[in-house]
Amino acid sequence: MSAVLRARGLGKRYKKRWALQNCDLEVPAGRVVGLVGPNGAGKSTLLKLACGMLTPTAGTIEVCGGRPAAGVEQLAKVGFVAQDTPVYAALSVADHLDFGKRLSPGWDDAEARDRIRRLGLDPKQRAGKLSGGQRAQLALTLGIAKRPELLILDEPVAALDPLARREFMQDLMEAVAEHELSIVLSSHLVSDVERTCDYVIVVVDSQVQVAGDIDDLVAGHYRLTGPRRDMDALPAGQHVITASHTDRQTTLVVRTDTAVHDPSWTVDPLGLEDIVLAYMARPADAVRDTRPALEVVR
Amino acid sequence: MIEFHLNSRSGLSPYQQLVQQVRHALRLGLLREGDRLPTVKDVARQMAVNPNTVLKAYRELEHDGLVAARPGVGTFVTRTLADDTLAAQGPLRKDLRRWLAKARLAGLDDESIEALFVSTFRSTAGEDVA
Repeated sequence: MSAVLRARGLGKRYKKRWALQNCDLEVPAGRVVGLVGPNGAGKSTLLKLACGMLTPTAGTIEVCGGRPAAGVEQLAKVGFVAQDTPVYAALSVADHLDFGKRLSPGWDDAEARDRIRRLGLDPKQRAGKLSGGQRAQLALTLGIAKRPELLILDEPVAALDPLARREFMQDLMEAVAEHELSIVLSSHLVSDVERTCDYVIVVVDSQVQVAGDIDDLVAGHYRLTGPRRDMDALPAGQHVITASHTDRQTTLVVRTDTAVHDPSWTVDPLGLEDIVLAYMARPADAVRDTRPALEVVR
Repeated sequence: MIEFHLNSRSGLSPYQQLVQQVRHALRLGLLREGDRLPTVKDVARQMAVNPNTVLKAYRELEHDGLVAARPGVGTFVTRTLADDTLAAQGPLRKDLRRWLAKARLAGLDDESIEALFVSTFRSTAGEDVA
C-alpha cells in the first residue's frame, strides 16, 4: 500500500531543544489520522515538517511520494489548515475564493461556491467579521476546494464551541467520503479522534510513542489487575506500557497480540482514551524498550 | 431507514456500535429484507464519523450475510434476524428468570448479579476464542 506520509529518523531542533526526534512513521493513504499528545509535545512541528513550512534537522520526510513543498506539483498535493484557522481579516469571503483559485491548479470552484452558499456565508462579508466557526468553515472550504491528496489540519476545532465543532467535523467527514482524501489532524480531544479517525499517532516529549490502526490498537491493549507480582513473570508477547502497584495489587496496561490466559489476572479491554493516556503517562525512557513491538502494527 | 447514534460510554468502538445497531434493528424488525441502509456519505455526515468506519461496519454485515451492496445503488438488507431468535428467546428467558430468582435467594444484589453475569459471559467468550 502506498504511504501518504513516511518519516525516517525525522527530527527538528530549535536552537538547543529538540521539538521532535527519532520519528519513524509510515502512514497508509486514504486514512483519517489523529495526531494526539500534550501541548508542546511536537505535534505542530511534525505537521509543519509535513507541509514543508519547516525543514528537518535530522532524517527524512516524504509526503504523497515527494519532499514537502518541493515544487508546484507537490504543493498542490497537500492542503494545510493552520492552528486557529487564520484568514485575511481585510479580505472578503469571495476574495479568499479568488485567491484559492489563482494559487491552486486543481481548484474546484463549483464546490467552493456551493459550500459557501450551503454554509450561508455572504461572499461580500469581510473575513475579519466572521465568527470563529464561520472562519474555520471558510478555511476548511479553501482546504477542500484545493482538492489535495492530503489535507493537514492543526487543532482545527480547538477554539470552537461544541455545535460549531460538530458541524466542522461533519463537513470534513463528508469531504472524506466524497473525495479520495487522506487527512492528518491534530487534536487533544480523544473522543473526537475516536469518532473521526481510523489511525492514531501519539506524540509525547518530542517522541512518537505509538502509531497504528485504531481498531488494532484497541484490540491489542488490555488492563490486567491481579495480586501483586513481579513483572519478570510475564509471557514474552506481552509488553508492559504502564504498571502500578499497591501492597496487594498489581495493575498493568499491556500490549499483546495474543489472548491473556493467566487466570490470576482480571482482564479488561481498554478504550482509545485509556490507551492514549497510558502512553502519555509512561516514562520517556521506556520508548526504546518497546520499539520492536511497534513494528507489529505497521 | 434507520438512524445511527454513537454512545461514547458503551465500551464498543464506533464500527462495532454501527454493526450492533443494525443487528439490533434486524432483531426487532425495524429493518426488514429489502430495506436500504443509509449511504456511507450520509452516515459520515450525520454522525460526523469516519466514512471508513461506516464502510468497515457495512462490510462486516455483508460478510455475515445480513446485507448486500449493490454498486451505485446502495446497501440492502438481505436477511432478517427476527424469526430464528424470537422463537428461542421464550424458553431462555424463562431459564434466566429462574436463575435470577436463585441468585437473589442466595443473597446476591443487582450489582453482584450483573458482575457475575458479565465475568462469566466474558470468560466463556474467551474460551470460545482460545
